[in-house]
Amino acid sequence: MSDMMDDMEGGEGVVKKFMFVNRKAPHGTIYALEGLEVVLVSAAFDQDVSMVFADDGVYELIKGMNTKGIEVKDFSKTYRALDGYDIEKLYVEKASMDARGLTEADLIVDVTVLDSAEMANLMAEQDVVISY
Amino acid sequence: MLHIVNKSATERNSLESCLRMATKGSAVLLIEDAVYAATKGGVAAAQIQAAMADLQIYALGPDLDARGMSARVLDGVKVVDYGGFVDLVTETNACQSWL
Repeated sequence: MSDMMDDMEGGEGVVKKFMFVNRKAPHGTIYALEGLEVVLVSAAFDQDVSMVFADDGVYELIKGMNTKGIEVKDFSKTYRALDGYDIEKLYVEKASMDARGLTEADLIVDVTVLDSAEMANLMAEQDVVISY
Repeated sequence: MLHIVNKSATERNSLESCLRMATKGSAVLLIEDAVYAATKGGVAAAQIQAAMADLQIYALGPDLDARGMSARVLDGVKVVDYGGFVDLVTETNACQSWL
């Protein structure tokens, strides 16, 4: 019984590499918010979590959002809380930022900027990839 | 005619189709994720700048604010609030939403 409890608590559990890929702009659809909530849930399972922002997903991290006028939740500040959940691996694809005229200085959190080949390699080494 | 576009130009072809089929003198209002097209530095900026020769381009302010994009709006794009949105609709004979 105590062995089983250990397993359930994750003490002996298998740690897999999980990647969450975010490719949608915030607010226009629910994908960005739902994706973020699933990442927060995943933090409870002590897995090796990476978040990737590519294509319109880089817009999720823009500083200075003010959602009052459209009466929806501004969840962009939640990205800054991710390190409190031990989710510290945030990656942004450089080509996606370049295509949108954005730089790291425009983003609300510290990220690692990868070129497309580096991103491809990172994706290839994951056990599980979940896309939004 | 008032053309309304609500999809990101880097995800869908709605804006491209709209600009191709909008006749001279028409108004194009960018709302929701389409407002990114009206911002500086992006790949859609050149399309919008070229279109301004023949079309009036508007963007919805609350959608720009929500996306942190208000300070990046291209010169020549007119930012309107919800009241301005209503005015555009009432001033024109018909609207087309490029969903």
